[in-house]
Amino acid sequence: MKKLIGSIALSLAMIFAAGAASAADKLKIGFIYVGPIGDHGWSYQHDQGRLAIEKELGDKVETVFVEKVAEGPDAERAIERLARQGAGLIFTTSFGFMNPTLKVAKRFPKVKFEHATGFKRSKNVATYNARFYEGRYIIGQIAAKMSKSGVAGYIASFPIPEVVMGINSFILGAQTINPNFKLKVIWVNSWFDPGKEADAAKVLIGQGADIVTQHTDSTAPLQIAADKGALGFGQASDMIKFAPKAQLTSIVDNWAPYYVRRTKAVLDGSWKSSNAWDGLAQGTVEMAAYTNMPSDVAAMAKKTQAMITSGKLHPFTGPLYKQDGSLALADGKVMDDGTLSGMNWYVKGVDGDLPK
Amino acid sequence: MGALEAVILTIITASTPLLLAAIGELVTERSGVLNLGVEGMMIMGAVCGFATAYTSGSAMLGVAAGLLAGVVMSMLFAFLTQTLMTSQVATGLSLTLLGLGLSGLIGEAFTGLPGVKLTVLDIPFLSDIPFIGPILFGHDILVYASLAIPLGVAYVLFRTRLGLIITAVGGNHHSAHALGYNVIRVRYGCIAFGGACSGLAGAYLSLAYTPQWIENMSSGRGWIALALVVFSTWLPKRLMIGAYLFGTVWIMGLYVQALGVAIPAQLLSSLPYLVTIVALIIISGNKTLTKVNTPACIGQPFAPER
Repeated sequence: MKKLIGSIALSLAMIFAAGAASAADKLKIGFIYVGPIGDHGWSYQHDQGRLAIEKELGDKVETVFVEKVAEGPDAERAIERLARQGAGLIFTTSFGFMNPTLKVAKRFPKVKFEHATGFKRSKNVATYNARFYEGRYIIGQIAAKMSKSGVAGYIASFPIPEVVMGINSFILGAQTINPNFKLKVIWVNSWFDPGKEADAAKVLIGQGADIVTQHTDSTAPLQIAADKGALGFGQASDMIKFAPKAQLTSIVDNWAPYYVRRTKAVLDGSWKSSNAWDGLAQGTVEMAAYTNMPSDVAAMAKKTQAMITSGKLHPFTGPLYKQDGSLALADGKVMDDGTLSGMNWYVKGVDGDLPK
Repeated sequence: MGALEAVILTIITASTPLLLAAIGELVTERSGVLNLGVEGMMIMGAVCGFATAYTSGSAMLGVAAGLLAGVVMSMLFAFLTQTLMTSQVATGLSLTLLGLGLSGLIGEAFTGLPGVKLTVLDIPFLSDIPFIGPILFGHDILVYASLAIPLGVAYVLFRTRLGLIITAVGGNHHSAHALGYNVIRVRYGCIAFGGACSGLAGAYLSLAYTPQWIENMSSGRGWIALALVVFSTWLPKRLMIGAYLFGTVWIMGLYVQALGVAIPAQLLSSLPYLVTIVALIIISGNKTLTKVNTPACIGQPFAPER
């Protein structure tokens, strides 16, 4: 059925493509999404980026998208079809599309490809990601301020550097407020399993956490927090309508500035393969409104946000200690991006072992 | 709220959908029909329950719609396997695939919307007793239904004439037919009951467990329910124990992780399945127990001789 919907979407895309063929001077931009655009998380935010391109560049471009594309061989077919239809720029927006994107890119050297969160590039494949850990430092500080029990719960997906650096950044932020702040982590081994995420949230709250945060994609943990009188944070998009009384803020992915910039680069011929890792400063990471907290906490959060945005503060600044107490980063040093993107250890203060 | 209380409450919510779906399948199998479409009926119950509750604003209407969706799906199965005599295994598998796909299509418009939560039945005074109150009297109607239905099924199966007829149809459909019972009609009824229970299990997922609609949100719970029926050797009370054992191991896995005990998270995640497999092996080792209760005609089509 998924495939059927996918192929309907594709054939629709082809009809639209045929209809617009007369306006050949337009740049056609294709998008491949892993989820439905109505997921109110990851894919939804990418689609907002697509809409921003249309709004900004209007009649110079034309966009098509295919949603719910499974990672794997299906993805290669979907990407190739977009390329065959004459797309000049294709965004593939999930980690698992990495190899299919590179394969298709080899066959279509004139088409530009942009792959989200990957690490393999080529002449016509660029990669991009966002510094979500900057937002996690801020929510860590808020958590430490707002928690009465001094314990927060963290629902994690997979032990990859992206997730580990988020956990570390959260606890480092919290420690600036309360050096004894405790963090309990549950790994659910899934990006998206609302039932299991909800169970994990209940268990964490049962063990004394009064703040719940997650690096998984559903709204379930936040809803459980609201239900049990705890507080929480949204993920990927503003989830305030799911928990109006419990969401403190949300780390929002805003791909629009990057998407518009790259589209303009293709239009004026200056596009080059590159690796973009943007954060608060470029507007790729945004914080939703600071709600359900006293004004002094909100003021503190805004101040931290401004300091990170202006580059005065980097969450990973020495001295940093690993969980076992050994020195990881000398006093005053700022961690370089290479070390950061390969992070596979907890900082001091996180409870439990990191799964290998 | 104490830690123990919280754990028990979480175990109850995790076990309820499994128990609901499994007790329906138990009755279906008792009548000699193997319906592998539990997952498909469950997910249809979830999407129809959510859609109805969201549109009407009433969670109870959602529960009714979930039940109905399960029955409609099961009647499709019954028509194909009982009237048209198709293979039960193949039809059941396609029912699961159909349910997963169709629910995605219906649910397209409902993804990412805040749901309507099934309210807790507050019993004055009793719900306010510390510890015992929330554990015994602080649930929604489906939790109570999940406990009442197996007890009711146990009574009907072993204490009533209807129960004997169902067992006879499942045990030897030719003899039951010779005695004058309408085998096909009894099976239609048992399949419908199974569909209704699976639909309720689905409605529990989208209205109480996590009140929202997400594609494929049953994530394999229908298959666990099927395994639990075998685990219970088709005995309702044992099924209740089985469902709660699974729910307990599932939640304890998360609990132990949050305590920071050094057991690999991946092992803890797979523990409920391992425990179920081990239990199945131990039980199938006891031949007499299995033989006495296995419906002898399970999976076999019945064509009345004229």
